[in-house]
Amino acid sequence: MTIDGSGSVPPRGERRSRHSGRELVRYERLFSSRTRAMKSSAMRDLMAITERPDVISLAGGLPDTSTFAPELFAKLMTKVAVDSTARALQYGPTEGIAATVDAIVQVMAEEGTDVDSEDVIVTTGGQQVIDLVCKALLDPGDVVVAEAPTYPGAVPSFGAYEADVVQIEMDSDGMPIDELEATLDRLEAQGRRPKFIYTIPNFQNPGGVTMSLPRRQRLVQVARERELLVLEDNPYGLLRYEGEALPTLYSLDASSARRGGASDYVIYLGTFSKILSPGLRLGWAVAPGPVLAKLNLGKQGADLCSSPMTQLFVGAYFAEADWRDYVGRLRDLYRLRRDAMLQALATHFPPEAHWTEPQGGMFIWVTLPDYIDTTDLLARALQTEKVAFVPGRAAYLDGRGGSSMRLNFSGVDEAAISEGVRRIGKVIQTQVAMYGTLTGARGGQPGEATGQPAPAEPPAPPLADVLELPRRERDAAARRREDQ
Amino acid sequence: MAAKRTKPVSRVAVLKGGRSLERGVSLRSGARVEDALQRLGHDVVPIDAGADLVQRLREVAPDAAFIALHGRDGEDGTVQELLEILGIAYTGAGVSACIRCADKVIAKHVMRDAGIPTPDFFAFNETAFAELGAGAALPTIEERLAFPIVVKPAGQGSALGIKFARTPADVPAALVAAFSYDRKVLLERHVSGRDLAVSVIDAPDGSGPVALPVVEAVPRQENFYDFESRYEIGRTTFVCPAELSEAATHRAQELALDTYRALGCSGFARIDLMLEHQADGGPRGPILGSAERGDPDERDGGGFYVLEAEIVPGLTETSLLPLAADAAAIDFDELIERMLASATLRERGRAVAAPSSPG
Repeated sequence: MTIDGSGSVPPRGERRSRHSGRELVRYERLFSSRTRAMKSSAMRDLMAITERPDVISLAGGLPDTSTFAPELFAKLMTKVAVDSTARALQYGPTEGIAATVDAIVQVMAEEGTDVDSEDVIVTTGGQQVIDLVCKALLDPGDVVVAEAPTYPGAVPSFGAYEADVVQIEMDSDGMPIDELEATLDRLEAQGRRPKFIYTIPNFQNPGGVTMSLPRRQRLVQVARERELLVLEDNPYGLLRYEGEALPTLYSLDASSARRGGASDYVIYLGTFSKILSPGLRLGWAVAPGPVLAKLNLGKQGADLCSSPMTQLFVGAYFAEADWRDYVGRLRDLYRLRRDAMLQALATHFPPEAHWTEPQGGMFIWVTLPDYIDTTDLLARALQTEKVAFVPGRAAYLDGRGGSSMRLNFSGVDEAAISEGVRRIGKVIQTQVAMYGTLTGARGGQPGEATGQPAPAEPPAPPLADVLELPRRERDAAARRREDQ
Repeated sequence: MAAKRTKPVSRVAVLKGGRSLERGVSLRSGARVEDALQRLGHDVVPIDAGADLVQRLREVAPDAAFIALHGRDGEDGTVQELLEILGIAYTGAGVSACIRCADKVIAKHVMRDAGIPTPDFFAFNETAFAELGAGAALPTIEERLAFPIVVKPAGQGSALGIKFARTPADVPAALVAAFSYDRKVLLERHVSGRDLAVSVIDAPDGSGPVALPVVEAVPRQENFYDFESRYEIGRTTFVCPAELSEAATHRAQELALDTYRALGCSGFARIDLMLEHQADGGPRGPILGSAERGDPDERDGGGFYVLEAEIVPGLTETSLLPLAADAAAIDFDELIERMLASATLRERGRAVAAPSSPG
């Protein structure tokens, strides 16, 4: 089929070129095969309307940047202008500006992880680390082992590099390492070797769970024994609201390596997004030398360097302000919001629901009875209750997760959290009641009721009241959480 | 067509977006329509249909409204009603046809009454299960339709909420899912076969509706339970004209035109059909054109079934109406011009203008 009806190509720049219904076909042969994995979906269309201003969104993953003082912002930008306008407006080194790297070394020390500034590369957000690691390590079809559920934002990166993602279901202590080993054995038997294991050990997004210390130690051992890389994604480590901080995988591996504090098999991903600002678009990787060199090469191709302007802002911030105090204030704020969400869940969600109780981070993962599809639930929640969340299917690559949802508690205040959870609970109660009505009818005396006239009764109450839905009790709730 | 517009340049409001679940698709359709209308020399005013829709329309006072809204409001007659009250001509079907097409249950009843084959179905309101014990009738329904059964919300245009129930145990969850989108759902016999779409557009000379070449959606992976894949780039191949015998093509187009007329459509519409594969025990539904069974080209033994009519078909890069128009040598701008020409002024208390003689 010719593109132009007359069989001739119209001259370039001609005002009225032919606009064909076959535009897709025209471009499709030019698209790479990997774009096929970068699919759009009905769910994405659904998510597009969660951003309407009249919707309470528990769908985002946003830190609350309104807590940063505008005066301090102005002061720091002024300092950048006075001290280094020309540098701020210029290209910078690919590996990052020294003042930013020094700040990174401080942040990592706060988590008990000593790193050499030589092993650090500054990136454009933590997201770029995921992309660069995939770029450096993956050939099409290579295996990435990830948690189930996994960070939905990593899925497009894995897809773009045509990774074969194998997911390992987590429990309340994170990824079970015996499951991991069994999976690795199975892959080996099939002649497939994974390139890296992707994990968010602290307050996992979206699962909200934290990997236990024994599992961390064992994971590092497994990586060393099998000579596999681990991508440790740790955006929330400093946002801990209770309990003892656990050592990073990077530091555990570095102490096994016993050679100057550098890790052999862990690539560490950090970010300023959650402890300072995502608008700066600054993250970092710490990686073994040969891997770091590949990440650097990849970054040169991607964007040459991350913004010197925001890197200098970070340098000024760490020099002029008390960054630990700010993180402390964020912790206090988010702790209250987490508590508000947990309380609202206990009040408004039906006993059939269960959820994780994160010790930090930004997310709670809720699982509903398997007959509820949270993508459909979101459609109803948006339309009738104007409230949004992330359907669980986004966190799986194989269609699982359909009865789960991710709720964010960092982006909106406590009143909105309580109201949002109440509204979602209302929609769930409606669906639970309807399912009960449907299955109850079938379980009763099928056939016998058919054809019988409906009993004349006064108008029925709303659906949620048709079935008696016992409110969860405190001790029952506690027991369910222990079961996780 | 040229005689219809007196002014050489007309001011056209493109209505898009809105609050429906198909907002994203509508914005993409609307953007392409705006580009085409600008190339055609119109004064284009895009309007995202929100709380200020009426106010905006009064301010803009367009010569015509091009409706690129999908789903709720844009396809169910609501926006059409408002445009009539405001005295603004608009593209496509009138209010009553919108109401008939936007509700799959009403549309299927109209088709059945008109003798147009549509898969067997039963439909219920949410209240029927809660208040009338309709759940007890499910085994009877399942027996009549046989598994797998397709469960659909009555009023949702995209793939959202459409579920397959393969066993009785799947039915309650499928119903709960479908009720997420609408207070009314239908349970429909699953027709296994070829997935076809016939777009219909009124002829520019006023001689009535014409069927465009048939489009077939061919899933790349053989998974006919996966509705979503049909709507994703790269997972479905669209073939136009579909590889059908001349007789089968003719039948599909005739059925589409019959459906278009029966539902009272005007301007344009897309009619979705299935051509059922020959089942082991022979086709279960009506067999059309059985006289042609001896036709050696006739590979498809089963019958045609009409699923539904879309009165605001998608106009994105991947949409089927532009593809079908292209196969009929109507380029996108010409298609948009012809769709705009369908804009007629309809007034309350007057009969809707017949498709052949638009305002």
